[in-house]
Amino acid sequence: MPKLSLLIEETAVVLRDIQLQQLPMLTQSKDWQSKYRLLMQLGKPLPAFDASLQRDDFLIAGCESKAWLLHEYHADSRRHYWSFDSEARIIKGLVVVALCQINGLTKDELVTIQFDQLFALQGVQQNLSPSRQNGLQAVLKQLCKQAGLAD
Amino acid sequence: MTFDIAAFRAEFAFFDQHPDLVYLDNAATMHKPAAVIDAETGFYQRFNANVHRGAHQLSQQATQKFEYARDTVAAFVNARAREEIIWCSGASHALNQLAYGLIGTVLHPGDRVLISALEHHANIVPWQFHCEQQGVALDVVPLDDDHQLNQLEYQRLLALKPKVVSISHVSNVLGHIQPVAAMIQQAKAVGAITIIDGAQGIVSQQPDMQQLDCDFYVFSGHKIYGPTGIGVLYGKLPQLELLRPLLYGGEMIQQVSFTGTTLNQLPYRLEAGTPHIGGAIGLAAALAWLQQWDQPAMTFHKQQLLQLLFTGLSQFPAIELLSQRQNNAGIVAFNIKGEHHSDVATLLDQQQIAVRAGTHCAMPLFTAMGINGAVRLSLAPYNTQQEIELTIEAIAQVLEMFN
Repeated sequence: MPKLSLLIEETAVVLRDIQLQQLPMLTQSKDWQSKYRLLMQLGKPLPAFDASLQRDDFLIAGCESKAWLLHEYHADSRRHYWSFDSEARIIKGLVVVALCQINGLTKDELVTIQFDQLFALQGVQQNLSPSRQNGLQAVLKQLCKQAGLAD
Repeated sequence: MTFDIAAFRAEFAFFDQHPDLVYLDNAATMHKPAAVIDAETGFYQRFNANVHRGAHQLSQQATQKFEYARDTVAAFVNARAREEIIWCSGASHALNQLAYGLIGTVLHPGDRVLISALEHHANIVPWQFHCEQQGVALDVVPLDDDHQLNQLEYQRLLALKPKVVSISHVSNVLGHIQPVAAMIQQAKAVGAITIIDGAQGIVSQQPDMQQLDCDFYVFSGHKIYGPTGIGVLYGKLPQLELLRPLLYGGEMIQQVSFTGTTLNQLPYRLEAGTPHIGGAIGLAAALAWLQQWDQPAMTFHKQQLLQLLFTGLSQFPAIELLSQRQNNAGIVAFNIKGEHHSDVATLLDQQQIAVRAGTHCAMPLFTAMGINGAVRLSLAPYNTQQEIELTIEAIAQVLEMFN
């Protein structure tokens, strides 16, 4: 029986915690300082990619900071899992926000998700620079591709 | 020396629209004074016609305005003749024309071209591309530990007798001013054609072509208060004659038949297609407007802001400065230890401080410095002391948020 890699399992636990605890705090935070402070802390508990995982084939093209996305499909449960790392804290936090909403879902569940809304955080997304926006779009595209969805 | 910063800033309608924005991305593009906006708009409103070819009075008027703009640029850079001014879309276009134009006419297999480690991609990639195809060697002047060009290495590479030396006046990342006057003389002594990329230099020091005596000098209009899409390729006439045109068609042709085509004379030979007439008029307006201000006083003001910025940044131990305080045209590149430059830029953007972060179209420079990018603050004379103070406060806030 194919098993998930340790990295993906560890990430899944962390993402669940974030979804339950930090995500509500993030949506409730009023001023930009607390929002960004939280966002930058979000990626911290995620297991970091070591040099062997910072591979070019995991690299997201179009990000202004280097960013790596790893995808695993669990055939038995038909669930999709991801892990992510980036040199930059804000992009990592934003992608974590997206991932904790979709990690461990089946394709049937994923088709009901509005991917373009995954980063929709009041007062964050609209304020991102054009290069950041492009990076996030590149991540979304890759997520959809890996999940076998049309982007 | 007088420089009325309030009066100067009032020339820019942009700041009325953005009263709370601190714009420190001037090396990317500058804002435009009313004189430029009025000149370009006025052209379209009152004189719009194609130049050099119409059989009507309006075309004659448009041509006069367009050619007068050329005269204004020629006077600004102290050219020897108006034909030395070739319009192009910007410095990148001009550098592409030079690389393309010299390959096969001046540069042959086995020849060498010399550039530097702190060039903008526009002064690297065209050379790289054409040199590789033609078997021309491309040499690179390396940096010193203080991120200035290593002049000893420059001498050593000049001894290899490059046919072309192409160097930027001011580094677009660091703000460092190269000793171009001396470097041009040294390059000429070995018989090289000299090119100065003035994209960042033009706005910090009005260049004098007869004094500098380089063969070519290029700059973009939008980095000196002018419109985007217009720039200048200055060249001495014999050297301009050497260039193979990058583009063909339009006014650059004298006679066409299917057995052969004769090209027009300079400057038209290198200006294919309908030129950016409104842009040229706008750029000339920018230069004429700029000269109404006390240049030394303006430079002094910008230097004061720069020193204030350096002093402010130096108080934070976590800040790693890449730019040197001395010999700097008004740019500060820095990083915060352990943090990514794009995070710093985003947190500054949240505080209405507009900066640029990344490799600034100069990846080889970052490779040479051994880092993956930087935050760049670039100043203009319309920036104020208060804006620098706000920037320092905003950076203190960023540092606090990273803790």
